[in-house]
Amino acid sequence: MAFQVNTVKYSGKINVIPVGAQKINLGGQAAFPFYDFEGALPNKPKLALQIWDMDPGESYAAPLAAAYEGVLGDPGTWAKKAVEYGADMVCLTLKSTDPNDKNAGAAEAVAATQKVLDAVDVPVIVFGVDNKDKDVETLSAICEKFAGKNLVIGPITDKNYKQIGAQALAYGHTVIARSPIDVNLAKQLNILLMDLGIKPDKILIDPNTGGLGYGMEYCYSVMERLQAAALLQADDKLQQPIINMLGEEIWKTKEANQKVEDVPTLGDQNSRGVLMEVTEAVSLCAAGTSLLVLSHPESLKIVRYYIDLWADGGEIKGDGYLNVPITPIA
Amino acid sequence: MALTGIQIFKLLPGTNCKKCGSPTCLAFAMNLASGKAELDACPDVSEASREKLSAASAPPIRPVTIGSGATAIKVGGETVQYRHEKTFFNPTGIGGLIEDSKSAADIAATVKRWQALQYLRVGLNLRPELAIVKGGPNLAAAAKAVVDNSDLSVVLYSEDVAALKSAAEALAGKNPLIGPATAANYKEVAEVAKAAKVPVWLKAKDLDEVAVLTKGLKEAGINDIVVDTGARTPKKVFQDSVAMRRAALVGQNRDYGYGTITFPNEITDNLALQVPVAASLIAKYAGIVVLSDLDGAVVFPLLLQRLNIFTDPQRPMTQTEGIYPINDPDENSPVLVTTNFSLTYFIVSGEVEASRVPSWLLIKDSEGLSVLTAWAAGKFSGDDVGQFVLKRSGIVDKIKHKSVIIPGYAAAISGDMEEELPGWKVAIGPREAAHLTKFLKEFSVA
Repeated sequence: MAFQVNTVKYSGKINVIPVGAQKINLGGQAAFPFYDFEGALPNKPKLALQIWDMDPGESYAAPLAAAYEGVLGDPGTWAKKAVEYGADMVCLTLKSTDPNDKNAGAAEAVAATQKVLDAVDVPVIVFGVDNKDKDVETLSAICEKFAGKNLVIGPITDKNYKQIGAQALAYGHTVIARSPIDVNLAKQLNILLMDLGIKPDKILIDPNTGGLGYGMEYCYSVMERLQAAALLQADDKLQQPIINMLGEEIWKTKEANQKVEDVPTLGDQNSRGVLMEVTEAVSLCAAGTSLLVLSHPESLKIVRYYIDLWADGGEIKGDGYLNVPITPIA
Repeated sequence: MALTGIQIFKLLPGTNCKKCGSPTCLAFAMNLASGKAELDACPDVSEASREKLSAASAPPIRPVTIGSGATAIKVGGETVQYRHEKTFFNPTGIGGLIEDSKSAADIAATVKRWQALQYLRVGLNLRPELAIVKGGPNLAAAAKAVVDNSDLSVVLYSEDVAALKSAAEALAGKNPLIGPATAANYKEVAEVAKAAKVPVWLKAKDLDEVAVLTKGLKEAGINDIVVDTGARTPKKVFQDSVAMRRAALVGQNRDYGYGTITFPNEITDNLALQVPVAASLIAKYAGIVVLSDLDGAVVFPLLLQRLNIFTDPQRPMTQTEGIYPINDPDENSPVLVTTNFSLTYFIVSGEVEASRVPSWLLIKDSEGLSVLTAWAAGKFSGDDVGQFVLKRSGIVDKIKHKSVIIPGYAAAISGDMEEELPGWKVAIGPREAAHLTKFLKEFSVA
């Protein structure tokens, strides 16, 4: 008798979330990731590139600075570059508004967002600095100014969901609900947002992504449990697509910033960082992400190519991908 | 399939002789069911019962040991599909390919380079373990060159059974995994493996043939088997891996109850593109992944992923208590103290390093709890931390000042600490590690 895979019956599915004025669909899964032998997976994970609203300066990893040479410091041209690199979406992070850093105000945040929207025609994520008061100030203003653009706004937490949530609701944006790597807290925040009147197809779950080797496993298992709750138990408070902000977690690690001359056993710095980002991206795909926010364009290129083959089948034939130089070790 | 205590009880002699150490046969049966006793403790169990019991108590995916020494790995032995259900036990073995057409000197240089790829992290040594030696006539010599020049464990890869035989003999005592056993040669490969007492990997055309070959090898007397389903595209190799795990655990199909070996190197020549293949397979169930070459840029990300996926979710990872110098500190550098939860350590040490401020980081044992939890649970109290800083840590021999920075979330312990540390300044650091750079740049020691 021919081999038959043991299949699972799913009773729920992930909501489809159309983002941006362009209405690009996120989510919609009716099976575990890449298990298309037992359920429909209409939308592959989408890939965004992260840009800053200011020049990152010396804290920015050298391989990233090289990839975005000439556009750092101007969010408009930076966003355009990200789209040229193949990003489905651009994630503008409002780094300059960090009260522990430049503490720029709402007007500047609005201006940066305007530049990005003027420059590109893809859906835009606007991400604060995870400071509950500052994000209320900047994101509320952005919600109002760009009414109807269906921006993706975050992070929204249980500390500031009322203020930012109300603004997003009033002006028609999609929200990113961030909770600290916990299924119940994610559900709780979704309930609070839905009670506020936000429709289930206007919410993304941000499980607070840990970096590869820096706690990724917590996020990974929470995502698998979120998927199980949404698909097997049909928990309609958890059927939101998941967004992972992984790029910046990778590139701020010590290992992504060490020079090969100092640590030959870690290999070529650019390849290493890119492949750390690729490895985490693939892991999070396997755990059920719908939207990955990456940093390096080469990571995006590899992850895109791989997701297509992983989902659609076919052989790897790609040329022109990263060529890893082998580092001699004395 | 696991039997219940009552089912086991019916297979025991029922004499209540106590020779097994349990007061009754029923108590012994209960202990067997929960894995607290071994059947061998019963001197009177019948052969028929013994067979039934050992068949029933066998793990659903047979664990197979490959290699020897520091690089020996186990493939199989898993009991769940999702790590949060329990844990994954046996981390995916990572190996590189050695062609036997290479010169002995080339092979020696390559495996020495591979052996250097070792990374200490949370008290574990992360490294690739395997060399996959592939070829024909020169197989034995190439395999010998691998083990003479490195401590890597070996997987032999040859369609030439005579070559497998001489290579297996050349690696006596090293317990190589040999193969591929195929529909055409599995009986001969089984003979070689039996003589050399080594495990076998099989290569099937598809999942149907996997069952044919595992049954055939079993009949030929081979139990230690690793499976290559034959898939060579990203989608198929992933879905086969899932299908194998489901068949063994959900279908309880013994013919599929084996660990797997996968070949990202045969799916693409591009080393960078082998990484996503391997990553998808480390996430989902591969026993071994084979790459065309090993380099830090490729192996380090996969080792981190493997560490994350195979960490026991029921037990927090911890960092060893002690002093961690960051950015070459001296006697006037600031001292920070925090808990030994590995994430806390990684994040804090990463931020201190990024600040470029030379600093001493003290890690205090808090039973793997993060700062807020440790403080709430009394594992990071003022007396305790004060004592640790002053006496146990040994930091006073390394510094000339008397000040220490505690995490913002543990601000409440500063009073008690000052009592333990007379004359010291206990500074309260930021709550979030992300703010450490700014804090350290503005901080001056007392």
